[in-house]
Amino acid sequence: MARDALTGTRIRERRAMGGLKQFDLARQIGISASYLNLIEHNRRRIGGKLLLDIAAVLDVEPTVLSEGAEAALIASLQEAAQRARLAEEESVRAEEFAGRFPGWAEALAAAHRKIADLQRTVETLSDRLAHDPELAASVHEVLSTAASIRSTASILAEDKTITPEWRDRFHANIDADSRRLADSSKALVGFLDAETGEAAPSGSPQEEVATFLGAHAQALEAVEQGAEGVERLVADAPELASEQSRHLARTILDRMMQDSAQVGLADLRGALSSLGPDVVALAAHFEVSVPHIMRRLAAVPELEAGLVVADRAGSLLFRKDTEGFAIPRHGAACPLWPLFQVMGQPGQVIRAQVQMPTRDTAIFDCYAAAEPVGPVVLNAPPLLEATMLILPAPERPGMSDMPMEEVGPACHICPRAGCRGRREPSILSEGFSGF
Amino acid sequence: MGKHVLLVEDEINIIEAMQFLLSREGWDVDTHSDGATAVDKVRAMKPDLVVLDYMLPGKNGIDILSELRADPEFARLPILMLTARGQGRDREQAEKAGVSRFMTKPFSNTEVMTAVRDLVQLAQ
Repeated sequence: MARDALTGTRIRERRAMGGLKQFDLARQIGISASYLNLIEHNRRRIGGKLLLDIAAVLDVEPTVLSEGAEAALIASLQEAAQRARLAEEESVRAEEFAGRFPGWAEALAAAHRKIADLQRTVETLSDRLAHDPELAASVHEVLSTAASIRSTASILAEDKTITPEWRDRFHANIDADSRRLADSSKALVGFLDAETGEAAPSGSPQEEVATFLGAHAQALEAVEQGAEGVERLVADAPELASEQSRHLARTILDRMMQDSAQVGLADLRGALSSLGPDVVALAAHFEVSVPHIMRRLAAVPELEAGLVVADRAGSLLFRKDTEGFAIPRHGAACPLWPLFQVMGQPGQVIRAQVQMPTRDTAIFDCYAAAEPVGPVVLNAPPLLEATMLILPAPERPGMSDMPMEEVGPACHICPRAGCRGRREPSILSEGFSGF
Repeated sequence: MGKHVLLVEDEINIIEAMQFLLSREGWDVDTHSDGATAVDKVRAMKPDLVVLDYMLPGKNGIDILSELRADPEFARLPILMLTARGQGRDREQAEKAGVSRFMTKPFSNTEVMTAVRDLVQLAQ
């Protein structure tokens, strides 16, 4: 049945939901109850003033009656029908179903969306496991050591004529390999524990530092105030498992100390209350660079801000996560991030409203700026560092006038179809179709 | 004089175990641990069989295999590939590149030696 032919059904549903009798509605709009009955059973077409009158009495927008449930709901239902391989004659009745049973339809569509989200999560995690270089190296180490032990132990068990020299050598090899196997197994378990969200140090040094910064927000504030030493905090942090991550953490904390010497947290909070998170105004207020202010704002726990710093090659030098804004662990990030737009214009500050393709389609208020770093070298272009502050703010002042940029985490785990920034197919089905 | 096998592997303890097993069966065994120079080594030694690890420093086993198969002199050389990467696509990749036999770690000594004997018999 065509969508506009179901207006009557929707009128009946809305009337019933409002507890209004057919007779009373008919009286209020000045038609007979029998004529309304014909309309409600889709036996009379309806439009114009009569539709407007009914909508007014039922206190709904006329389009709700004329166009039915939202297109997204219908689309979700049709998608659910396709995935369930319902027959064509069933799937084309999605709108009729939504019109007759709006509550059930919403529940079904929500369940379908949830399944799709979970499927994406599983696919993303599988992709990470399949392509994670650290996991591949750990598994390779475990299997190679197991192969060596198995082969050597079999020789010792089966060959009774083996010379004492070979026997001693193989015993020593098994001893060394068994210790190596214990270590590599532990490393593997540590990695998998971290993958499942349990506390265990693992991952790249950048990742360990990101976990460390997230877990010690209060302690970092104490470090800034001089109440706790950098060295002790780093040494005691279970998240920093490698010397590389501890070195990286020290470098970041040293920079944080330098930053905070010019912009203390208490002063920053005071300025935030009057200026808001306007990075340009705050930078002018404190007479520091905009990236400097961004780094300081990322250290204010109550803002829950994320921060990404990248070099001109696109490598992410620093990341502080914020919920809903996915920053890839490996490989290149989404080229549409404002972070990369400022690379060509050092000194320019960009503010952009971006939307992530997460299940809540999270919206973020992002500021980005690039600045030269390192020593000045004659006749050589400066090294650049771009910084992006990510503020989770669906309704921040001034945002309603800003265009919305649809971005993603990284192409291979981004579901957006037909994206202008796509470099490679996504493992998610929508992405494949859009490539 | 026995048949000549070149064992291209970078795990020292696997090398020792394999060397022992192959020598015990009468093979002349040479070993090599660097992927980057493995093709040159094969060209220089012209072995009767190559036991090749998949993951090697410098160049991986698939690239070595492909280079050898591109050379008419080694197009039919028996090559047994050992790998700790057991995924189907790795096996498929190795088969496409012309591997004679593909075996995943941890393998048993019997499996390896049976494969070696089979490959030599087929090549004769």
